[in-house]
Amino acid sequence: MPRALRAPRRHKGLLVAFAAAVVATLALAPAALAGVILPEHGGSPNADRINTLYTVVLVLAAIIFVGVEGALIYSMVRFRARKGAVAAQIRGNTRLEVGWTIGAAALIVILAGMTFALLPGIREPENSDANGFRASNGGILYAAGPVKRLPPNGKALNICVNGQQYLWRYTYGARCKDAPLNSVFSYETMVVPTGTTVTLDIVAQDVAHSWWIPELGGKFDAIPGYTNYTWFKVPHGMEGRVFRGQCAELCGRNHANMIAHVKAVSPADFEQFLASKKAQIEAADAGAAASRQRLDRNPQANP
Amino acid sequence: MAATEIAPTTALPAVPQVVAHEVRPEPRGWTSWITTTDHKRIGILYLVTTFAFFLIGGTEALMMRLQLGTPDNTLLEPQTFNQLFTMHGTTMIFLFVVPVWAGFANYFVPLMIGARDMAFPRLNALSYWLLLAGGIVFYATMFFNPPEAGWTMYPPLSSSAYLPNAGIDGWIFLIHLTGMSSLLGSINFYATIANMRAPGMGWGRLPLFVWATLVYAILLILALPVVAGAVTLLLTDRHFGTHFYDATNGGSPLLWQHLFWFFGHPEVYIMILPGFGVVSEVLPVFARKPIFGYKAIAAATVVIAFLGLLVWAHHMFATPSPTVVLVFFMMSSFLIAVPTGIKIFNWIATLWRGTIDFKTPLWFCCAFIAQFLIGGITGVFLAIFPVDWQLTDTYYVVAHFHYVLMGGAVFTVFAAIYYWFPKISGRLLSEGLGKLSCLLMFIGFNVTFLVQHSMGLSGMPRRIYEYPDIGHLHLYNLISTIGSFILALGILVTIINVLRSVSRGVVAGPDPWKGNTLEWFTSSPPPVNNFDIVPRVRSVEPMKDIRREIDRRTGRSSALATPAPESLVRH
Repeated sequence: MPRALRAPRRHKGLLVAFAAAVVATLALAPAALAGVILPEHGGSPNADRINTLYTVVLVLAAIIFVGVEGALIYSMVRFRARKGAVAAQIRGNTRLEVGWTIGAAALIVILAGMTFALLPGIREPENSDANGFRASNGGILYAAGPVKRLPPNGKALNICVNGQQYLWRYTYGARCKDAPLNSVFSYETMVVPTGTTVTLDIVAQDVAHSWWIPELGGKFDAIPGYTNYTWFKVPHGMEGRVFRGQCAELCGRNHANMIAHVKAVSPADFEQFLASKKAQIEAADAGAAASRQRLDRNPQANP
Repeated sequence: MAATEIAPTTALPAVPQVVAHEVRPEPRGWTSWITTTDHKRIGILYLVTTFAFFLIGGTEALMMRLQLGTPDNTLLEPQTFNQLFTMHGTTMIFLFVVPVWAGFANYFVPLMIGARDMAFPRLNALSYWLLLAGGIVFYATMFFNPPEAGWTMYPPLSSSAYLPNAGIDGWIFLIHLTGMSSLLGSINFYATIANMRAPGMGWGRLPLFVWATLVYAILLILALPVVAGAVTLLLTDRHFGTHFYDATNGGSPLLWQHLFWFFGHPEVYIMILPGFGVVSEVLPVFARKPIFGYKAIAAATVVIAFLGLLVWAHHMFATPSPTVVLVFFMMSSFLIAVPTGIKIFNWIATLWRGTIDFKTPLWFCCAFIAQFLIGGITGVFLAIFPVDWQLTDTYYVVAHFHYVLMGGAVFTVFAAIYYWFPKISGRLLSEGLGKLSCLLMFIGFNVTFLVQHSMGLSGMPRRIYEYPDIGHLHLYNLISTIGSFILALGILVTIINVLRSVSRGVVAGPDPWKGNTLEWFTSSPPPVNNFDIVPRVRSVEPMKDIRREIDRRTGRSSALATPAPESLVRH
């Protein structure tokens, strides 16, 4: 019995050490390690969860790395040819070989388990905060339609992201496939309200591009003929922050300069942003209508 | 019902008459290199040609590193930069790593299995000339407009609407020519290995490099027709009005990605498995110990190849694909870690309790294990698709596949050069220069590529010709650029070593390393007919058996304690 008792305690020690390593790495993460040994994160819960998953794998990988490189260096030093040394003529050891095969397979099961545990929080959008952006006018928040790409309550600020050589165009509060012509849009800088789940439809209109803002989560390819989806939610308190990203799929000669910025503002400021954009669009429409009328009256006129 | 009666061949003489035809003198001069069908000379042609392409591809890499040494650099035009990485990737894959293994396999597979030549010597020559033609056609685009859509050539960027110039067509032609070359070569390797082994060499006694070559050949036969079809569709899209990859006309750009990676991922194993084979040959020789777990290593090679055919979409985790597809390709990619891990454990176990003789080939193999382990581990990160969403298409991926292909495959190519150069040339390479080269390459490689993981993690995508001075990007890139020149210096030392030793090296003799396999049974360089007698093979290490037997007959005491088996040489 004592033997049976000792084993689990040792396992517990290992588990505690492992958990401590993960916690320590996560605690240090925001300070210095993001962008060095950990991915960028901090702008959205899904990016943070990817970072958590990465950290867990990194700690496991570090253990394997130290173990295997250690064994390699040890054997290189310990077993170099010396006078009188005779090489052991070993051809194999079935028990050992089966052992490390099972060990490697067990590691895979652990990795898969971790991934499946964290996946829903990364893939599926979550609800907006209570004090997030609420659209008074219809069309901004989707309450209907295919629920699959929407948060559990079916409400998100949907933005159509359109990649083109070499910039991004954002259409606010609309789906890519049926965006009304007078929707609010902007290029290059996307303005989003904090505390609000933003779902993205990602399309391309010429060649393939890839949407990526590292601090807001992973990248999603924009491929002609397809619509890709992702989401993010910038937490409250990050108003004024601008997150930088750029196209991550080779799209031609100026691929390096296809930059995207996401600017977080308070829900109230976002409302204002929409209103001013709408006013600009209406003014431009009115101006265009006036020009058309002038042209209708006199085709020779300078519009 | 047309029955054909075959007349019994009683008319033939019972004993065939042996007629000695005119024995022609061995052809000499440079034309003999063009007309040759000798597997050894074709092997040398392969090795020299592919190494020349390696140097060209390496120069392209150095130019890119120079451009990226400082932020917002204006040394190169964006168009030139895109052409450089397209040429670099294509050259290293299609004109260096894949065919360099065909070169080594050409030279050594027949020798290792005790054969006179390859099964189809003229087809063998054709394979080489097709490769050279592919390389020339591709590099001819330098004179008008090289391709600039990356070696992956994703449409729509590679379609005629966006890149109408003929560079892409030159690339398509290269794929067809080198693909044909590899396909014919693979059929030849398969036929040779299946039919021409020495007496007694069953599948369980096949040298592990030959096992690797066999699997290399099978993978090429399975994967190449797919990319040949894919590029033909691209060609007809570009010139003959079809719309296979054109989304505006009902085609799909994702079709290309699936077809390309169905070939592209097995291609990775095509490039690395023969290198695994070299390591499995070199380690036991210099550890003076049998390979640990021969069967496990051979089986792992086959399993890696099989799984390698089922993981292609892990290159496409960021595409619009259903979660179930992503999960499948994550799990299949995980599975590959098992046989790969087995190999690494077996190699270390081969060194364990050996008496390791630190010659240059072993230096390169140890550097390979250390570096390939890192490439394997980062591969697990990339297999986890939510994590891959952050890492894919960044410098993290660039670092990962250079740890696999440069730190992995290319280091094993150098191990093979140092291990087999004495057999090919009859002279040893300088150990001092060899170790200096290995050291410089090891330092240079790791300085160049380790820091690229951090570049990717801080948000630097691959294939960008400039970057802004944000965060530590300048520092990281500067380190990487400095490393690349140290790496180049290390390669230069080996070139000098080869050029010096080919005429002035120490004469090697038939078996300078006390090798295990049959190529060390014949003289260095081997005669045209390879072997005057072919020994009967009784184990995985026929040369060990032969040395033991010679020791027994001459009454010398063997260093090995095991008693010698029965007579080995069949007269």
